[in-house]
This record gives sequence, structure tokens and C-alpha cells, in this order.
Amino acid sequence: MSTPGGDLDFTTLTLTDVTRSFGRRRALNRVSLHARAGETIALLGPNGASKSTLLSIIATLLAPTSGEVRYGPHEGLRAGAPLRARLGLLGHDLYVYPELSPAENLRFFAKVYGVEDVERCIADALDHAGLSHRRDDPVSGFSRGMRQRLALERALLHAPRLALLDEPFTGLDDAATHALRQRLATLRNSGCIVLITTHDLETIEGIVDRAMVLRNGIAVELPVGAGSLRQRYRASLTPLSSSR
Amino acid sequence: MTFVRTIWLITRKDLLIEARSKEILFTTLFFAVSSVLVFAFGFVREGRAVEDAAAGILWIAIAFSGTLALGRAFERERQSETLRALMIAPIPRPALYLGKLLGIVLLLAAVEAIIVPLVSLMFQAPLFTHAWLTLGLLAAGTIGFAAVGTLFAAMLVRARSRDVLLPVLLYPITIPVIIAGVRGTSALLQAEVDLPMARLWLSMLVFFDVVFVTLALWTFEPVMTE
Repeated sequence: MSTPGGDLDFTTLTLTDVTRSFGRRRALNRVSLHARAGETIALLGPNGASKSTLLSIIATLLAPTSGEVRYGPHEGLRAGAPLRARLGLLGHDLYVYPELSPAENLRFFAKVYGVEDVERCIADALDHAGLSHRRDDPVSGFSRGMRQRLALERALLHAPRLALLDEPFTGLDDAATHALRQRLATLRNSGCIVLITTHDLETIEGIVDRAMVLRNGIAVELPVGAGSLRQRYRASLTPLSSSR
Repeated sequence: MTFVRTIWLITRKDLLIEARSKEILFTTLFFAVSSVLVFAFGFVREGRAVEDAAAGILWIAIAFSGTLALGRAFERERQSETLRALMIAPIPRPALYLGKLLGIVLLLAAVEAIIVPLVSLMFQAPLFTHAWLTLGLLAAGTIGFAAVGTLFAAMLVRARSRDVLLPVLLYPITIPVIIAGVRGTSALLQAEVDLPMARLWLSMLVFFDVVFVTLALWTFEPVMTE
């Protein structure tokens, strides 16, 4: 693949004291995180915990009020297009054009990312999404789950080094959930850094290496120990609940 | 990918979406034709149009329908947050701006291809006598108007009251473009055609275009970074 703007790669992601305020509200408060290639990290937290804000900052869409995000030796906003070529973002909104077909959406984004052998890449992506038989139908007629599968393939089309997946299991049926779990395992094996936000803790059990919990803008690492991911997550929230 | 290819990729995608929905083309065309017809009822008496009315009405129709097109073009990018997908893509942000601008200019050109003959017919305005100058004025005026409009529409895409704010911000800034377009076209429609004056206003429009496009290219990236 030719990287638009030149080759830039990294094997670590480091956030140091990242703070983001919206007016007087502090959404993120000195969040620090270090991730290595091949690591899958879950970002957990209740609704409104600023998980999506953190992903937007890492995706270079939002500048931190203070603190630093480094991609290997590169600083986020300064690295520009070559860095963005290595990022894949799946958002709450799906970032696909409903008037276009899956093949047209993927073709557009493949060309934007400078992917080589576009048609083979589209065929593979449609195969992964299970949408080969609907490749020329407008996306506007698709169910939420089908759109979600397409959006995921759009985000991963260019084999990013860092995949930022915001609620990737939303709307997926059992088979698609299983396929996505397998896809995440493949990403991990390929050396991709995956940051994933979700409330489906049972689904990601066993496929994430570790988890961070965001509460009131502060990130804390979920301790490794006995019990399921949900039990440990609930236990991490208890001190706050009981203190209210 | 080259800069020019990126621009064309964005424009082609916008035109493909428009070819599927025909939403912007039909609404802007309907609005522009309606405006011209309503004005024709007011300004044409016993088959004779009020002097200088044709130029003003033509440019009002272009400005109003252009505002409608600008709002819808970016509303489309907002609905599925595809603008965020384009902002994270490894493409130069100025190329993204120019791609959106070109798409809007081509849409407005399609609208103008209908309303210019209509204005010519309804107001008995000899718009085709000096066709190249008319074309130059329309092209330069449309680019100038769309250059500012594309920047503002992109800036306002997340604002709640964007539909109200766009014309409020756009019209004061583009008044020089509208005035130059009206005066230049008017110079071509007089009984004694004033070609030097038309060329002067065309030069002014080209100057505005250079200034507006340069400023928009310069400011697009910072204003789009949240």
C-alpha cells in the first residue's frame, strides 16, 4: 500500500496527561496510557464518561487542551496526513454514504487512502462484512447491523496500525459478533493496536489484553484478578457509587 | 495520490451522490425558477421589463439557490458524520475544500444553464449577445460566492442554528461579488453595451475569487480542527 504523504509507522501509542475541557466542563483529566503493537485495550466507562472524546483526540480530530499524544516518536497534530493514513476510526455514526452502495463507499475510501489493488481489497472487505451479495445495493436500505459491518470494514480497509473502534458490536447479530471477535484476533496478530469502547463486556471477554475505566474524566487501569470483566468493572465503580 | 486527483475524487463522489438523489439539483432549480417567475410577474409590465431588473434578478436567484445548495451539501456530510471520516483521511485538507467547492460550482452551473435562458426570455434580456463575457461573469461570480459559502457551510456544520447562520454570515461577505456580478451583467444588457465596464467588473470578480479562495484555503484547516 502506498501511504499518502509518505511512509510513517509506529509501534507504540503514548498519551501523557491528556486533558480536554469544553468550556468549564473538564471531560478528560490528565489521562495517560501506553499501548504497544499487537495490544487490544478496552476503554470502559458509564455513558458520558468521555470515551468517544478520548478516541477523537487519539484520532487527531480533536486537540487536547493540554497533554500530549505520541504515535511512536511522532506528535499527533504535527504529523498530519502520513500519520492519519495509519489510523482507522469506527465512530458512533458510521461514516458511510447512505446514497452509495457498499462497493462505491469502499472504493471511494480505498482511493482516499491510496490502497493498491482497490477491487481485490473491496472484494475482501465485502466478504468479511458478509455483504458480497448486496455489493451494489444502496446502503440506505440496509439494517443497522449491516451498516455497522460495512462501517467496520471501511475503518479497516487500509490495514491501519491503530484501530479506534467506538461501540463496534452495536446492532450486530450473533454470527456477526462472532466474526468481529475473530477479526479482532486477526488484528492483534497483525500487530495492530486496537482501542475499543463497548458496554458488551461479555463479548470482549478474552479478546482484550487489558482494560481502562474512565470515570469523571479520570482513567484508571482495571486491575487484573479473579472474576469476569464485568465483575471487575462493577467492582471498580463501587467506591464511587458508595461514596455518593 | 496527487492533489488534483484528490479534488476530483471528492467532487466525483459528491456528483455521484447527487446523481442518485437529485435532491440538491431539483430543490435549487425549483427555487431559482420560482424566484425568476415571481419577479417576472412583478417587473414585467405589458411585455416590457423594468430597466436593469434582469441582472439583479439573475444574481438574486443564483445567490439564494446557491445558499440552499451549500446548506444541503454539508447537511449530507453531517448526517452520517462522513465529514469526520474525510477529516481523518490522509488527504490534504485544502484538497477536501476544493473538491467540495468544485462540486457546488458544477451544481450551480447546471442551475444557471436553466435560469439564464429563462431570465433572457422573461425579461427580454440579450444575455447571449456577448456570450463569452456573460459566461465569464457567471463563472467568476459563482466561484467567488461558492468559495466563501463552502468555507462557512463547513464551519457551521456542527452549529445547531446553521440554517439561519449561513445566510447571515454569507451575504455580507459576498456583497462585493453580487454587486460586481449585477453591475457587470447590467453593462451587457444596456441599449448601448458598455464592454469596458463589463470587463472591469469581470476583472474585479476574478480579483475577489483569488482573494476569497486563497483566504479559504488558508483558514479551512484551522477552522475545521475542533
